[in-house]
Amino acid sequence: MSSGTKDHAALSDIFNKDEARVDWHDETLWFVRAKRDKAAHNIPEWESLREAASQIKNNVLSNLHNYLIEFEEQAQKNGVTVHWAADAAEHNQIVHSILKEHGVNRLIKSKSMLTEECHLNEYLKQNEIEVIDTDLGERIVQLAQEPPSHIVLPCIHKKKEEIGELFHEHLGTPEGMADPVFLTAAAREHLRETFLTRKAAITGVNFAVAETGEFVVCTNEGNADMGAHLADVHIACMGIEKIIPKRKNLGVFLRLLTRSATGQPITTYSSHFKKPRPGQQMHLVLVDNGRTTQLSRPDFRNSLKCIRCAACMNTCPVYRRSGGHSYHTAVAGPIGSILAPNLDMKEYSDLPFASTLCGSCSNVCPVKINIHEQLYKWRQVIVKEGYADPTKKLAMKAMEFTLSSPFVYKNAGKVGRWFMKHAPFTVNNKLNLWYQHREMPEVPKESFEEWYKKNKKND
Amino acid sequence: MNVGLFIPCYIDQFYPNAAIATLNLLSRLGITVKYPVNQTCCGQPMANSGFEHLTQGCNDLFIDNFSEFDYIVSPSGSCVLHIKDHLHSAAAEDKASGIRKKVYELTEFLTDVLKVDKLSARFPHKVGVHQSCHGQRGLMLAQMTELVDAPFSKPLHLLKMVEGLELVELSRPDECCGFGGTFCVAEEAVSVKMGKDRVADHINHGAEYITAADMSCLMHMEGILRRQNSNVKVLHIAEILNAQ
Repeated sequence: MSSGTKDHAALSDIFNKDEARVDWHDETLWFVRAKRDKAAHNIPEWESLREAASQIKNNVLSNLHNYLIEFEEQAQKNGVTVHWAADAAEHNQIVHSILKEHGVNRLIKSKSMLTEECHLNEYLKQNEIEVIDTDLGERIVQLAQEPPSHIVLPCIHKKKEEIGELFHEHLGTPEGMADPVFLTAAAREHLRETFLTRKAAITGVNFAVAETGEFVVCTNEGNADMGAHLADVHIACMGIEKIIPKRKNLGVFLRLLTRSATGQPITTYSSHFKKPRPGQQMHLVLVDNGRTTQLSRPDFRNSLKCIRCAACMNTCPVYRRSGGHSYHTAVAGPIGSILAPNLDMKEYSDLPFASTLCGSCSNVCPVKINIHEQLYKWRQVIVKEGYADPTKKLAMKAMEFTLSSPFVYKNAGKVGRWFMKHAPFTVNNKLNLWYQHREMPEVPKESFEEWYKKNKKND
Repeated sequence: MNVGLFIPCYIDQFYPNAAIATLNLLSRLGITVKYPVNQTCCGQPMANSGFEHLTQGCNDLFIDNFSEFDYIVSPSGSCVLHIKDHLHSAAAEDKASGIRKKVYELTEFLTDVLKVDKLSARFPHKVGVHQSCHGQRGLMLAQMTELVDAPFSKPLHLLKMVEGLELVELSRPDECCGFGGTFCVAEEAVSVKMGKDRVADHINHGAEYITAADMSCLMHMEGILRRQNSNVKVLHIAEILNAQ
């Protein structure tokens, strides 16, 4: 998943070489955002719902320890085996050990961003265990050997013709066939066979109810249910922030989740899992992987409220024009840009800068995470920790020197404007990133300050 | 009323007409405005790049220049928001907090403080309004499409008083233009693409002029328009509200 030396700007530059594709990507996601707006505006109490959700999550984050203990106790009472994983590696080992215990080397998985975050698929593959993703979008990117580019719409970057080609190669559909109905039917047939023959299923968790020890998985395709209902072993993997205190809180989140995600009034399947059916084993893996570190950062703890609806991605003008892969992390977009530096500040030091701080992400967030403010704050932390680009550092020092003194500033302005006017080649060249696709401003005959001194000072 | 005029560095250097229009507009409304000549920059380019710790010099200068005024008015929503959110000083925090409360973007000053309800301005053209993000979402100059609430817009309220002016409706009324301070060079490809799309929305709806309460967004869009040899021009909102 790591892009090596590539950062968001370089990866977006590549994405933007094909402008028609950028337009298509932007319009597709804008369509989803418009649907979200319509759904939100149909609920007069929308803003109060967001506030309620935010407050419930504040409560959870302030009492996380107690809720987790309560949840564990209830889940164990229900006959669920609970595991705790400090990080991604431990999570993967736990899942592997459960599979080994049952002699399972083929399994199915429904959509889970946590397992993406932990790189579970690669880990299991290395241990010769075959994983088939059952969410259609996830399955498509899996066949393409790519990570998802969006947390709700994993293959939103792929056109139907490209999916047709993939299916032709892997599922034997006719060459050139790109009809979505036909391709979906082919995928359904392929997945049905898989559901019936796998002994273990992994699902994610959208909400875990401390009061009852149950967890809720939301899918539009019912694939989590099919996997979990048919398998002898159900392993559910969840980040520890997925806890909500009581079952009655669910209504608030379920009303917000899908409207924010896709503009639907409700997810097609919101399935409650509480206890294993007779003969079945149910395992829950509770994963920290940096979450308690983020909880301990007052400026960033709010990011743990995230319910993974992706509204911030759909609305983000930068995400829409740079694509999910440019973020080189499992959770892309604005929310990913405030989560990722917590995991690895050096690797993801570029992400908080991949924003114009327009603030639209904070406005659409159903749990009111102050995303754009956290992006600003991460920038300060990243620079202080020494991950700033050296050229930028020099430029900023020069800026400080110039702008801290009216004398230096006025002279620099005069000199700069003189060069732009009389020696435009010093500015209008390919080293000037502004100039590559934009003209420089026309140089006025005098600055405002010069005009003011002449015309107004003695008024 | 003792009003200090805060003219951001790039307007001072490149768009003096926007500053002159602001000054004249306020004068025509009976306000005596003073321009402290020793001002430079609010420090936002550094702060937004993660170098907030280098902005003390700018902050101190700003405090020296502006703490005596009853109101501080500026034709730039973005710079005003920066001052409102981030102006601090260990040595003079009371002055800094005073400034944070009395700094206004021009259209909000006209609407909220002066409560302007008529203007003698004439601009017989089709105009697209770019609602800049920092003005709209940061200073709440206008209702945002993401939020469920009644619509309002301070810049539009004023523009509707201009004789002959025809507002064009946009497909995406509050999409970011992609300028974003140093983002415009650090993420040049996305920035330009966003700017091209923003400009196209205005052109497709027949705008002859694009206006905004933020000259920085307009500078970015102007750069793109001129590269495309477009006839569409940008004008700061003060220049339109002051047009005869």
